[in-house]
Amino acid sequence: MSPLPTYDSMIPEAGLRAALALDRPRIISEIGASGLKGRGGAGFPTAVKWNFAAAAQADKKFVICNADEGEPGTFKDRVILQEHADLVFEGMTVAGKAVGAHEGILFLRGEYTYLRGHLEAVLAGRRDRNLLGKGILGSGLDFDIRIFMGAGAYICGEETALIEALEGFRGEPRNRPPFPVNTGFLGRPSIVNNVETLAWAACILGRGADWFRSVGTEKSTGRKIFSVSGDCARPGVYEFPMGLTVAELLKEVGGEDAKAAQIGGAAGQCVPAKDFGRSIAFEDIPTGGSIIVLGPHRDMLDVLHNFLEFFVDESCGQCAPCRLGNTKLLEGLEMLRNGTCSMAYLKELCDLGGTMQVASKCGLGQSSPNAFLSVVENFREELMGRIPTHA
Amino acid sequence: MLMTERDRLASEIRSLAAKLGQDRTSLIPILLEVKRKYHTIDSYAMQVIADLLGIHPVEVNSVVSFYAFLGGHRQGKFVIRLCRTISCDMQGKSRVERQLENDLGIRFGETTPDGKFTLEFANCMGMCDQGPALLVNDRIHTRVTPEKVHEILEACRRVFGVHAAETKEVVFK
Repeated sequence: MSPLPTYDSMIPEAGLRAALALDRPRIISEIGASGLKGRGGAGFPTAVKWNFAAAAQADKKFVICNADEGEPGTFKDRVILQEHADLVFEGMTVAGKAVGAHEGILFLRGEYTYLRGHLEAVLAGRRDRNLLGKGILGSGLDFDIRIFMGAGAYICGEETALIEALEGFRGEPRNRPPFPVNTGFLGRPSIVNNVETLAWAACILGRGADWFRSVGTEKSTGRKIFSVSGDCARPGVYEFPMGLTVAELLKEVGGEDAKAAQIGGAAGQCVPAKDFGRSIAFEDIPTGGSIIVLGPHRDMLDVLHNFLEFFVDESCGQCAPCRLGNTKLLEGLEMLRNGTCSMAYLKELCDLGGTMQVASKCGLGQSSPNAFLSVVENFREELMGRIPTHA
Repeated sequence: MLMTERDRLASEIRSLAAKLGQDRTSLIPILLEVKRKYHTIDSYAMQVIADLLGIHPVEVNSVVSFYAFLGGHRQGKFVIRLCRTISCDMQGKSRVERQLENDLGIRFGETTPDGKFTLEFANCMGMCDQGPALLVNDRIHTRVTPEKVHEILEACRRVFGVHAAETKEVVFK
């Protein structure tokens, strides 16, 4: 779409070499100037996170790469790890220098166990080339990375739940504050960044903040990697500038006839065709990159049913709004599918969804009613008085 | 369990802990290895691990019961995890599900009586553009059709042949 050099044409280790020549505040100010925001979906400014961890006083600090990519419809991190693992490890090393950490941990989800051999080989290659280990490339930086395998839990994508798993506990999110940048893994300052965020950080150090800012919007700078699946002609992984409209994206992937697009996975929102002019950016429709195209023949209640079963299964069960709320929404959805739900009860379900958004402890519970609420708002004509087809 | 089997399990766990570390942060790595090798994490194994890490066995059980890839229950030598999340669902996961049940004679959540296969669902496994997807232990299969199910199962069954060693590598076409 643009003649600019893309993610794929990076000069190897340019970011690391640049970072080694800079002092710590300069690295963070470069990331800050780029406007990079967390690519896992939350959109927290990366430089702010790094700065907190850099400022914290501790005997040890950690850089954690969140490769627990579990959001339905997301697979970009798998592709980045398969094709550009060096870039991710380079980004972790840059982060290590920036915050003053000597240990990096890649938290890889159990479902991606088949990637581990490749990643260990890449790490070994980096140690051989002195890109990891003691005195990296003749500088004073000591940094190494190990891989920790997850054991199958969506919730571990939440940073405090991920840290609980690293420490050998159930993946139940902690109260925040304190944030991991102050009290993270083993009580030490830890930054938890998405795979893609770290890869971009390496690119930014290598090419400069201005290169990154040259595309995107004022509040959402740079490019983003998207995972596109569902009812479209060309599903797969795409790189687009932030701020493109849903319609532009659908045209690229061959999904122009969609009746809706689920943006941000099960925890995201369902955008109906009338809103396809909206843009994908943190200030409009935020996303970790999951785009599920829903074709004209899709039954929105089937889609919702799938999402709610997912949340009932993956809720950690720690707080009541999420544990009970998702179960109630699923029951309500089955009533809608069977055509036995009154309008008054549907309204109650929507109120429950609102309660879950404000009263749940972590992002899972807060975002799990989103899809339900957006379908109720946008596809009302599909919901009431249904005649069940599978009696 | 025979005493000798228990002794062997305990010594195996001790050597795992020596390799992976003997503090709580090694709990999940140790449990994953035990599950991979023994297809179960029984209460005796949990007790041994708890003693080694200096924690209560209930703590070990709380972790075992939380994670989808752990779980104390006994599973087959091949655990087949079919992705049930939206994109795979839209690409025909239900027919693959049905055919797996037909060919193995069990339902999802069950293990064949000979202890060879377990059928489970998994949530999104990151193959949304190439669904339906399933994992056979750690190995991913994409664009699975009901016809392909037989082929996948046969590749697994070959390691159980009369002359096949337990450790033989499974070769998929």
